[in-house]
Amino acid sequence: MTFETLGWQGLVILVVFGLSLLIATYCTYAERVIAAFMQDRVGPDRAGPYGLAQPLADAVKMFTKEEFFPGGASKALFTLGPCLAMTTALMSSAVIPFGNAMQFGDTSVHLQGIEINVGMLYIFGVVSLGVYGVMIGGWASNNKFSLLGAIRAASQNISYELAMGLALIAVLMISGTLSLREITLQQTNPGAWHLGDIFAWNVFKQPIGFIIFLVCAFAETNRTPFDLPECETELVGGYHTEYSSMKLGLYLFSEYINILVVTAVMSVLYFGGFNYPFQYEFLDFLSNKAGLSADWAHNIFVLMGVVAMFMKIFMGIFFFMWVRWTLPRFRYDQLMRLGWTILIPLAIFNILLTGGLITTGIIK
Amino acid sequence: MSLFLFLTFVALLSALGVVLAKNPVHSVLFLILTFFTLSGHYLLLNAQFLAAVNIIVYAGAIMVLFLFVIMFLNLNEATEPQKPFLAKAAATIAGGLLLLIMVAAMRNVEPAGYDAATFNSQVGMVDKLGLVLFQQYQLPFELASILLLAAMVGSVMLGKRETGERNF
Repeated sequence: MTFETLGWQGLVILVVFGLSLLIATYCTYAERVIAAFMQDRVGPDRAGPYGLAQPLADAVKMFTKEEFFPGGASKALFTLGPCLAMTTALMSSAVIPFGNAMQFGDTSVHLQGIEINVGMLYIFGVVSLGVYGVMIGGWASNNKFSLLGAIRAASQNISYELAMGLALIAVLMISGTLSLREITLQQTNPGAWHLGDIFAWNVFKQPIGFIIFLVCAFAETNRTPFDLPECETELVGGYHTEYSSMKLGLYLFSEYINILVVTAVMSVLYFGGFNYPFQYEFLDFLSNKAGLSADWAHNIFVLMGVVAMFMKIFMGIFFFMWVRWTLPRFRYDQLMRLGWTILIPLAIFNILLTGGLITTGIIK
Repeated sequence: MSLFLFLTFVALLSALGVVLAKNPVHSVLFLILTFFTLSGHYLLLNAQFLAAVNIIVYAGAIMVLFLFVIMFLNLNEATEPQKPFLAKAAATIAGGLLLLIMVAAMRNVEPAGYDAATFNSQVGMVDKLGLVLFQQYQLPFELASILLLAAMVGSVMLGKRETGERNF
């Protein structure tokens, strides 16, 4: 890797970092607007046009609140908790391919932070580390409610990680690679009829696996209906009961970044990532009819792919919020029963089914 | 080389932290840091799969369970069982002897040299590892999986509620 490409990748990582923070900021706004829409309310509309400056106002509020340390709490770990939650949330976006390679003369820039051939395992590893922030913060608060929230988070994440991993194995069996970029590139079919390109997406080959992954994604990001760790009717605020100021802000923020990352992973694994229908016609139009140079035509084609990727991500985020304001919370025993006695056997069955379909040559 | 030295330094320091930390939760956190540095060593050896699996299995799953159990226990210094002096002395001597034997055994070891021209740098990658596991070491691999299955069935049996036992 030359110094120049290293610089480009650094730039890509910075852009991804900035974008995930920006999107997470506006997720807090979107969540309230969607909640208001579903409950037939107005929602935030005071700060700026349509209330668009609401996240800024919230940030000012968060920063100026009193920083509080509960008595008898371990100060270092109490601070480490939210930091870890934020770090692990931000780490996973590094391997997600947000777009194909852009061409500038001889240099080609991959719109992906780092390309490693164990990308899927990396995501899985970072996701499994995500629970430490919650656990450490909850334990260090020296509060029974926080501790219960932390313990719930730990057992919930462990339980749903298994089903998620098993669902990923089925994807891996189809793709035969762990590299997220390779998996994306496989989900297109240049010879197919125009709209038919979407049938190359993994969601059509892995419908059961996708549903398992979706349910586990809700559980791993602690979103309703699985937000037992911060269940306010039982545990005050769960693991972040004792947190105030920007430390609380980091916890809330990391939840939105987790949603962003998990929807990005979902669109890469199941919805074709940066592939979009009619893409080959579009490329053909750009290079032959619009009279652009080959590089420019390719770059516009790739940028449209990035737009398609983000549209998929935003739809995923909307779905998360839609579910939050529609479904009630599970009871804890229901959550455990769903994870261990329904999702895991279903995921194992899905692996067997996928294996059978591959050996008989029905899907490849 | 400097990366290796840095990783080794952090690994040794955090491993010491595991033993010396007063609070068991701190010990567990140091142990997690140790696993991370070990994963760094695997990466330096170009064994990406091993590094990722080490993080997923040890740091991500087993240590979460460790932390989970330790958070449940009420560990105060007053309730901590104090071991008799004899046991402490015996443990120190045994550990010291083990260290002595290890140092004596490793002192004259020459690292097996490799030929840079024929060395396959892809040997730690997932696909190569899979081929080796499923061709060369097929039988041990399957035996290990049967062992794991037996352990899993055993743990389910142990965790099973007996008839008439209270449901919390």
